[in-house]
Amino acid sequence: MDTTPPVAGAPASGANVPEFSVSEISGAIRRTLEGAFGRVRVRGEITECKRYPSGHIYLSLKDESAKLESVVWKSAVPRLSVQPENGVEVIATGKLTTYADRSKYQLVIDRLEYAGEGALLARIEKLRVRLAAEGLFEAGRKRVLPGLPRVVGVVTSEAGAVIQDIRTTIARRFPRRILLWPVPVQGQGAAERIAAAIEGFGRLPHDGPIPRPDVLIVARGGGSLEDLMAFNEEIVVRAAASCPIPLISAVGHETDTTLIDFAADRRAPTPTAAAEMAVPARADLLAALDQTGARLRGAAMRQRRAAETTLLRLERRLPDIPARVLEYRRRLDEAGESLPDALRAFVRLKRDALAPLAVPHPRESIAARRHAVALLDGRRVAAFARCVQRLRGARALHAFSAAPVLALLRERRAMLAGASRQLEALSYNAVLARGFALVRDAEGEPLTRAAAVAPGARLSIGFADGQVVATAEGEAPRRAKAKKGTEQGTLL
Amino acid sequence: MVDTPGAEASRPIDGLSFEEALQELEGIVRELEGGQGKLEKAVAQYERGAALRRHCETLLAEAEQKVQAIVDSAAGPTLRDAG
Repeated sequence: MDTTPPVAGAPASGANVPEFSVSEISGAIRRTLEGAFGRVRVRGEITECKRYPSGHIYLSLKDESAKLESVVWKSAVPRLSVQPENGVEVIATGKLTTYADRSKYQLVIDRLEYAGEGALLARIEKLRVRLAAEGLFEAGRKRVLPGLPRVVGVVTSEAGAVIQDIRTTIARRFPRRILLWPVPVQGQGAAERIAAAIEGFGRLPHDGPIPRPDVLIVARGGGSLEDLMAFNEEIVVRAAASCPIPLISAVGHETDTTLIDFAADRRAPTPTAAAEMAVPARADLLAALDQTGARLRGAAMRQRRAAETTLLRLERRLPDIPARVLEYRRRLDEAGESLPDALRAFVRLKRDALAPLAVPHPRESIAARRHAVALLDGRRVAAFARCVQRLRGARALHAFSAAPVLALLRERRAMLAGASRQLEALSYNAVLARGFALVRDAEGEPLTRAAAVAPGARLSIGFADGQVVATAEGEAPRRAKAKKGTEQGTLL
Repeated sequence: MVDTPGAEASRPIDGLSFEEALQELEGIVRELEGGQGKLEKAVAQYERGAALRRHCETLLAEAEQKVQAIVDSAAGPTLRDAG
């Protein structure tokens, strides 16, 4: 390659060296550099990465002994499959150019890719540690998948085997409605589209025209680590972690692990396995239902038998209520019948207690004496008659003497006179003859105290020779206080 | 609470259970048959006794009715499984 610069001016005196202006030499270097290298691929670790408000990204690529300043113009940024960040080893594709103002050269990058799996894995691990520290992967955040979802949402590519596998698996197990949100699963902008799909499903209203899924499957088929990188991007991992719908991740083959797997509620090794997790097998459900039904019937039968046994035991221990009611009836009838008799007995007892204390009326006393006299007289007449009868029947009638009979009569008459005198002595008539009077109330009951007479009361005053009716006048005198212990107690 | 004689007599009869009322009625009968105490109290006791008897009659009639209903239903048809 000819690197001899074109002659721009005459050689200086005494020298065979060409002379350039600053602009000339800068332009010459630029042309030489760009002409010699054209487009290049440079491997190095990103450092000093800065994104400016203008949209351009300035960074440096370094290795053990050198550093190359680089730039990604705003127009190229959206086309990058790898977003530049410090510490990541990349292969940058672009062209070398000079920056004349500062006598610098730089690499203008239009494509970035990770420099081998080691670099990718290091970056993934670094992000995993950071997100784990935030608590995005904690078990407490995981939600339980619904038992039988009505709608299954799927985020994957519209073309390819993945969606077909999911469809056929769900149709075979338990047909459910499937909503597909198609996205690119690799390459430029895939991560942003996947994150937007997850968030979009989460924002669907429960009662909107498009039904909100009960479970989400985020899936793609197998591929290289770089192919799966969209599912390792922070934007996708955060969308999965904050999704309000239970989410199953099924990215790559069983051996592949992406960061979305850590954030998902369940991880499936394949898209088919994800569909099996999302929807139960109808046959299994029916079998489980039959088994549960049989267990329920068995339990009910056992419970019923146990209840019957308990009931029988209790029945035997039940008291004989009808017998108890009859016993109560007997006791009530007995007490009820005895009640009037008991009161009558009470009154009788009181009357019996009163009898010995009763003071007989003089009339009763006289009548009793008169009755006694009459009895005696009757006995006298009967005795005399018997005596005469005996005498009549006697043979020695001529020997009869009246003297004993007359003596007996005299004796009886003397007894009668004595009894009459005794009666007179007991009678109040003798007292009346001495000037006393017997005062009775309107009912004929004797009055013994002035305090018992109310003003205006009708009185009957008995003298020795007859009765006089009178009316009480003036105030009733106050009853004198009885001496302590002299007042008679109540009988009742 | 210290029990005073005749305290039960102040309790309203409607609030007494059958057993309490019957016990009190039997007590009144025993007391009257003993012939102790005052006539006024005896008459009042008799009056309460009559009321207690009516109360017991009402409660016992209800109980007899219920027992009869239970006995009748027990003799009737029993529930069986339809299955």
